[in-house]
Amino acid sequence: MTQPLLQVENAETYYGNIRALSGVDIEVQKGEIVCLIGANGAGKSTLMMTICGAQPARSGRILFEGNDITRMPTHLIARLRIAQSPEGRRIFQRMTVTENLQMGASLDNQAHFKEDVEKMFTLFPRLKERQHQRAGTLSGGEQQMLSIARALMARPKLLLLDEPSLGLAPLIIKQIFEAIRVLNKETALTVFLVEQNAFAALKLSHRGYVMVNGKVTMSGPSKELLANPEIRAAYLEGGHH
Amino acid sequence: MTVSSTNPADKQQGLVARGLREAFFAGLISLGMFSLYIGLKTDQNMRNELVLVTRWGLLATLVILAMIGRFLMIVVVQPRLAARKSAKATAAHGQAEVPGFVARNLTAIAVVALLLFPPVIVSLFGMQGSLKWIDNFGIQILIYVMLAWGLNIVVGLAGLLDLGYVAFYAVGAYSYALLSTYFGLSFWVLLPMAGILAAFWGVILGFPVLRLRGDYLAVVTLAFGEIIRLVLINWVEVTKGTFGVSGIAKASVFGIWSFDVSAPNNFAKAFDLPMSSAYYKIFLFYVILALCAVTAYVSIRLRSMPIGRAWEALREDEIACRSLGINTVTTKLTAFATGAMFGGFAGAFFGARQGFVSPESFVFLESAVILAIVVLGGMGSLVGIAIAAVVMVGGTELLRELTFLKAIFGPDFTPELYRMLIFGLAMVTVMVLKPRGFVGSRQPTAFLHERKAVSGSFTKEGHG
Ligand SMILES: Nc1ncnc2c1ncn2[C@@H]1O[C@H](COP(=O)(O)OP(=O)(O)O)[C@@H](O)[C@H]1O
Ligand SMILES: [Mg+2]
Repeated sequence: MTQPLLQVENAETYYGNIRALSGVDIEVQKGEIVCLIGANGAGKSTLMMTICGAQPARSGRILFEGNDITRMPTHLIARLRIAQSPEGRRIFQRMTVTENLQMGASLDNQAHFKEDVEKMFTLFPRLKERQHQRAGTLSGGEQQMLSIARALMARPKLLLLDEPSLGLAPLIIKQIFEAIRVLNKETALTVFLVEQNAFAALKLSHRGYVMVNGKVTMSGPSKELLANPEIRAAYLEGGHH
Repeated sequence: MTVSSTNPADKQQGLVARGLREAFFAGLISLGMFSLYIGLKTDQNMRNELVLVTRWGLLATLVILAMIGRFLMIVVVQPRLAARKSAKATAAHGQAEVPGFVARNLTAIAVVALLLFPPVIVSLFGMQGSLKWIDNFGIQILIYVMLAWGLNIVVGLAGLLDLGYVAFYAVGAYSYALLSTYFGLSFWVLLPMAGILAAFWGVILGFPVLRLRGDYLAVVTLAFGEIIRLVLINWVEVTKGTFGVSGIAKASVFGIWSFDVSAPNNFAKAFDLPMSSAYYKIFLFYVILALCAVTAYVSIRLRSMPIGRAWEALREDEIACRSLGINTVTTKLTAFATGAMFGGFAGAFFGARQGFVSPESFVFLESAVILAIVVLGGMGSLVGIAIAAVVMVGGTELLRELTFLKAIFGPDFTPELYRMLIFGLAMVTVMVLKPRGFVGSRQPTAFLHERKAVSGSFTKEGHG
């Protein structure tokens, strides 16, 4: 088996004395879309922060391309080309759409700036229409698109997405997930996706993990998880989109 | 009822009635509030006894003023504001307005006007008469413009609330004062040195406050400003404490001509001009003008460079910055250092201009005034800040000129004492009328194709 792009080994993360992650193991291979589903408060965002160094693991290891990044500062991890669209999108509200994209490209020294912006505009045509607009005045869906596009501007090897569907209309969710699918297919972009919207996430991804109370309780190919009666009962029934 | 309100004459009448009613209440409230404060005053008589003095006349004047003010607010100001707001709302949906000639060439016009300011003033008021205008107004305002532009880098761009900015001004001033007195170094050597030293202190301050934001940061920077001042007061052997350092050397024209009366290369002697202190002030005016120009140029350039963009992004969202690979530690430190450097330059200039520095010039109030100018100008906008400095500093200087006020309020009325009151009033007024400051819109720095006219949509809040 080839070396995974990202490995989370037995990670334990604490907020003070409260343990939010207990012994989490996750692997993401190059070119895969992997999702992590779980209820609100399960520890999904905590895992994201642990991977990108914002809330480092107290024990266990995070490996990226085989290198230990467990205690690296966030900005250095980002420079390894792990880009993320964090929880809450965190776009730069007072800056224009173009300026936001420019901030995303700051690692690339602006060399491919124009070319990459055009790619983003093809991926999300709504952003092109609004390129001169202040990002804070965008709709929720457009802000999410901008957040993803800004992350992509760094030409990432791994894209981390924390609940991109949160608070969006089903049609917009569909557009965004379709864009991720296209990206993965055409550029072999590796994506690690965290979602409460289990149905949409499992449909999009190749493999999935289920997290409950800071522990991974199940994992496997997304198709199997989708068919699993336990998961259907816990995450899918009544919540169809 | 609804029919009558559409008739403009009726509407006007209703407005006046409401204005009178509100004015009456304002009168009552101010009467209640001022009776004790202003109507009565304790004083000592010849036998050192405490007596009550009544000032009903003054009380009546103030109450009437309050009533008139409230009436005008209701009848004139508020309808006008409402009309303007609705006009703007309809205009915002149309195309962006094309700026007029003055707006487009604002910088060029301002630079020419400033360059011509000293000769025009001299020809109007004569050599000696020009002193007041060039020094008290011109130089004084430009110092504040420079300080506010420097602070703007920290507060306006990087979003780090700094209440102790005057500390760097002090570091610059004392660097020049002490190094020129003890080592005889010239202004032009010490000017960059003062900037570097202030920047160094900016980094020193930066380190402990790196993890702080918002109000916590403000409190620590406030303390830092006070610490610097207390050191200046108490380190008597070096700084001469509260006496201050006097007899600081004047700046020279790059060592070619001096403004020392006794020097052989005195400026006036070299050109066979009559002796006057005005030459030095005019020279200083151009020096501070050049310093301001440098500050503006650097600010504008930095804003479109990666570090400037990182500052602005930092102001918006620190966590997002880190996830984009920006080192927030160095970004903050460079903001502190750059802002402090300009404070240091301004301080060295201040020393050369006054010939005397003491801790009294660097109290917290100065930081507050500089910050107020930045906020009033609309954080981040150089033009807005310059306007705010002119209004605030020029306005308060003008108070000294308003001798006719003595005729109204009595001979012992000193308008300067009301400086801060008026400053505060002006600030409240501006913030009510223009909550984002004089120039609240932010000019984008990134454009893909052509530079689009900036429409109103940049300045409006989002509707998510
Ligand atoms: N900053 C924090 N301080 C303390 N506890 C936190 C903090 N952030 C999250 N938690 C707790 O950690 C657990 C996991 O939270 P989170 O990772 O945000 O869940 P999810 O993203 O799956 O909804 C929750 O119980 C939450 O209350
Ligand atoms: Mg979450």
